[in-house]
Amino acid sequence: MSTPTLPATQAEIGRPRRRIVGEQKVTGRATYAAEYTPDDLLYGYVVNATITRGRITGIDERAARAIAGVVEIIHHLRRPKLGYFDMQYSDMDAPPGSPFRPFYDAEVQFAHQPIALVVAESFEAARYAASLLEVSYEETAFEVGLRDNLHAARDPKKGIDSILKPMPPDDYGDFDAAFTAAEATYEGEFYHRSQHHNPLEMHATTTVYEGDGKLTIYDKTQGTTNSQVYVSSVFGLSMGDVRVIAPFVGGGFGSGLRPQYQLVMSVMAALHLERNVCVQLDRKQMFTFGHRPETLQRLRFGAAADGSLTAVSHEAYAETSRFEDYHEAVVNHAGVLYPVENVHLDYKLVPLDRYTPLDMRAPGGLTGVLAVETTMDQLADRLGMDPLEFRLKNYTERDVSSDKPFSSKELRACYTQAAERFGWHARKPTGEHPRRGNRLVGHGMASGIWDAIMLPAKATARLTTDGKLLIQCALNDCGQGAYTVMSQIAADELGLPFEDVSFEYADSKLDAAPIQGGSFTTGVVGSAVKAACFALKDKIFHLAQILDGFPLGDALLPDVTFTGGNIVLNADPSVRIPFTEIIAFNKGKAIEVSKTNVPNPLKLKQYARNSHAASFVEVEVDAQLGVVYLTRAVTAVAAGRIMNPQTARSQILGGMVWGISMALREETLLDHKLGKFMNTNLAEYHVPVHADIGELDVIFVEEKDDIINELGVKGLGEIGTISMAPAIVNAIFNATGKLITQFPVKLGDL
Amino acid sequence: MNDFDYYRATDVDGAVAAAAGPAYTYIGGGTNLIDLWKYDLTHPEKLVDLNGLDALKEITELPDGGLRLGALVTNNATAYHPTVQTRYPLLSRTILAGATPQIRNAATNGGNLLQRTRCYYFYDASSPCNKRVPGSGCPAREGHNRLHAVLGHSESCIATMPSDMCVALAALEAVVRVTGPEGDRHIPFAEFHRLPGDQPERDNTLGADELILSIDLPARGFADHHTYLKLRDRHSYAFALVSVALGYELDEAGKITVARIALGGVAHKPWRVPEAEALLVGELPSEEQFSRAADAILAGAVGFEHNAFKTDLAHRAILRAGAMAQDPSTQRPGAKPSL
Repeated sequence: MSTPTLPATQAEIGRPRRRIVGEQKVTGRATYAAEYTPDDLLYGYVVNATITRGRITGIDERAARAIAGVVEIIHHLRRPKLGYFDMQYSDMDAPPGSPFRPFYDAEVQFAHQPIALVVAESFEAARYAASLLEVSYEETAFEVGLRDNLHAARDPKKGIDSILKPMPPDDYGDFDAAFTAAEATYEGEFYHRSQHHNPLEMHATTTVYEGDGKLTIYDKTQGTTNSQVYVSSVFGLSMGDVRVIAPFVGGGFGSGLRPQYQLVMSVMAALHLERNVCVQLDRKQMFTFGHRPETLQRLRFGAAADGSLTAVSHEAYAETSRFEDYHEAVVNHAGVLYPVENVHLDYKLVPLDRYTPLDMRAPGGLTGVLAVETTMDQLADRLGMDPLEFRLKNYTERDVSSDKPFSSKELRACYTQAAERFGWHARKPTGEHPRRGNRLVGHGMASGIWDAIMLPAKATARLTTDGKLLIQCALNDCGQGAYTVMSQIAADELGLPFEDVSFEYADSKLDAAPIQGGSFTTGVVGSAVKAACFALKDKIFHLAQILDGFPLGDALLPDVTFTGGNIVLNADPSVRIPFTEIIAFNKGKAIEVSKTNVPNPLKLKQYARNSHAASFVEVEVDAQLGVVYLTRAVTAVAAGRIMNPQTARSQILGGMVWGISMALREETLLDHKLGKFMNTNLAEYHVPVHADIGELDVIFVEEKDDIINELGVKGLGEIGTISMAPAIVNAIFNATGKLITQFPVKLGDL
Repeated sequence: MNDFDYYRATDVDGAVAAAAGPAYTYIGGGTNLIDLWKYDLTHPEKLVDLNGLDALKEITELPDGGLRLGALVTNNATAYHPTVQTRYPLLSRTILAGATPQIRNAATNGGNLLQRTRCYYFYDASSPCNKRVPGSGCPAREGHNRLHAVLGHSESCIATMPSDMCVALAALEAVVRVTGPEGDRHIPFAEFHRLPGDQPERDNTLGADELILSIDLPARGFADHHTYLKLRDRHSYAFALVSVALGYELDEAGKITVARIALGGVAHKPWRVPEAEALLVGELPSEEQFSRAADAILAGAVGFEHNAFKTDLAHRAILRAGAMAQDPSTQRPGAKPSL
């Protein structure tokens, strides 16, 4: 008779798995916020101001009300009571200032500001009536141009957002002296216009008026808890009466990190009419709120003859609104990437008559590192060094800017593995690659860096009556990979097959979760799920200990393994207690534990915590016509433990495409005289198409991090984006000898 | 969207009769009309649906060796039609360089001729625009004008005509066959679209109640030597910043006997200068000769802040198109520059 042995560890973590909701998404069975159809649903269509700044002096509703099916028109003169204090309009991602208050008063603060909502029996009637609303205004002068208003630049106000997006450190060393003494220097100005997130699903909210004052809200958001708290506070409702649900989000990229105005309007109309109301924005209206800020950067770098980077000055001017101080960490990165001792950093805001900017994929990091890594290549060129050699010369195991060790850093492995996969040894100096027909060839590389952020989160784990595991958390997911990864974490912790784990999510009635952004979801919520599952194990074990005839003797928790739905004694695997037996002992009731995971700030604060990446890119540039083709790219990522290589690869591929877009495609055109964005549709706002994407390759390097969290996870949401854009710009320089510093690089620039 | 009357035509006379009266609009594929409607730029009170006009859904041979493209044949059906592919590959390639397969499957040939400009200001109902609201002004002159004209523009309008297909039709010297209350007439392609002048609200010379029946191609298709080169801000699904439809024929000595060059993305209509084409006749195709022709085509070009690059780019594009036409088989799908 063979001796029973412990089954091999399940190792769900690290196993490639398809997204559990992938099939629903690609077959059209996933339901998005605007697709819920409660009884007697009304449709609201937003009316946007046609002036950029001023006051509404009159609203003539007659023509709009004459349209059959119109039920009500809501605006600042006809609306439910709204909160008075700025605090009530704040949210988890609000910068310092006075958040925009939809329909609060007659003031128009920015172009296309929402000023009214037409509610009708059909979407078509609402939209048509909205076009007939006659609004009169008193216009006042406005300023929207960043470059025209640099004289108004000032330091950002500090708020709680500085925790996630730190202000630049004070200057250290002596930049001026070091720059003067440098053997090689580069000075450059970098600029990009605003960009808009443009997720495929447009923002929408369906509010179900439940009759007893309760609201069930289907919202497009990256945080159900965030929307719930916001709505309760703006309308003075009890949190318990407001439930926000958002199981599917058709892309976010940051646009759902703050509650958007359609949420307020849907709730407003539902409360005012005591009816169910859906408000969906159209594509043009997707350009009327947050965006990546237009930013102008000035960089001055100096290096010694041996290639050591000795002086860094990085200054940035970014737009914000008149009412909030949106800021992002643009200038902080060079000092973390490279061990430079003489640093001058400055980040200033220019308040303009525009809506407040909003975090957009790799906010600040993409903007700043694009300028830093482009500058690094210029300096390498002046030193006559290979760009990779120059970076390795300036490699650091310690964050000099904060004088701390890294919790882990495998950027060197990123460089080495990606360079080998790409064939970097074949790179030639600028302009020396053999042509392919009419095309010049260029190779470029760049580094990427992003913060690994930890926050508290709470989750519930329940052993159900059939011995399976249910995880609950309000977390919602704009890419729908998180649900799969959370289930994998839970399966491993409790030793159950993946199929026996279910995950209830995206509902504000569940345990509160932070907004989904900053690349921190897997680390933050995953740690809470792991903690809840561990606590559940502990509870199950304690129940088991008081079973009649407890077969495990004096075994303690470390002496057993949870596997295959049993508690198994390590010393004698033939001794086991099925979960179902424990449930039976618990009078057939499920066993449940909620657990908040709180990171240890004292431990974390001793380390610089960053994910890293390196991208290597080949471009071809038509020598006669200046057309740029991205032919191939390799990105290597060091981001701690990779939970699910399949969804992780997809995440990085998406990031790489985003980087291509930053370097070569995307910008929103602002007319300075009219004060508004002009290319507000997807025909003229260019995001990459398949024909723009070459062959993309992703490498995950081994990186063990015992500091950042129990899982050793740093997150992947932003890091895949950051190194791509500068690698492309550097490759174009390698091909053509031309450095373009206004992004995106466009036809006609080369 | 306003309420509207709907009439499904089953014959041409019925369609023309139904269109009598104000605020009617014909609808074919609707790929531009529905956008304009949703953007609150047009509000038809009556829609005359042409999709029941089976007679206009055919591609037929003409007795003079030409080919008749029915107005309601879709862009894709035209591009993939065997005769078009064999005898008019320039047209096929040009159509396939535009839009997306989904749009081309719905868009019709007649509708393609009537698509409105992509000027940002035209598309924003709350901006001034002389084309949309005559006399209201043209913010594009000093605003964002990357998509805009460098040739043939006027004080009142610098918009461009966005079609790819029309650029090839101009080079092929197609004829637009129309009918209306006054009967049938034939409009040479060069006279179909117009320059903005002081009436930018008029894109073309089609009469108020007239209906396009077909686009008639002459026998000469430039199958041996042609190019459509499209330069744009992304490699698919973007309107041309500069495009070139070019064709020529050679005699036994290898000299050009006839040449056509039409430019897209640079004017309110496909831009042709027959005098420039005549410069090529009797010459061997060479960069030098195409450069002379390009100078003549682009003479008088005046750019604005964001589109001044187009003049030089168009010159280069003509040289490349001339070279690519020597062996059209080198041309990549999507009208990307080859060689």
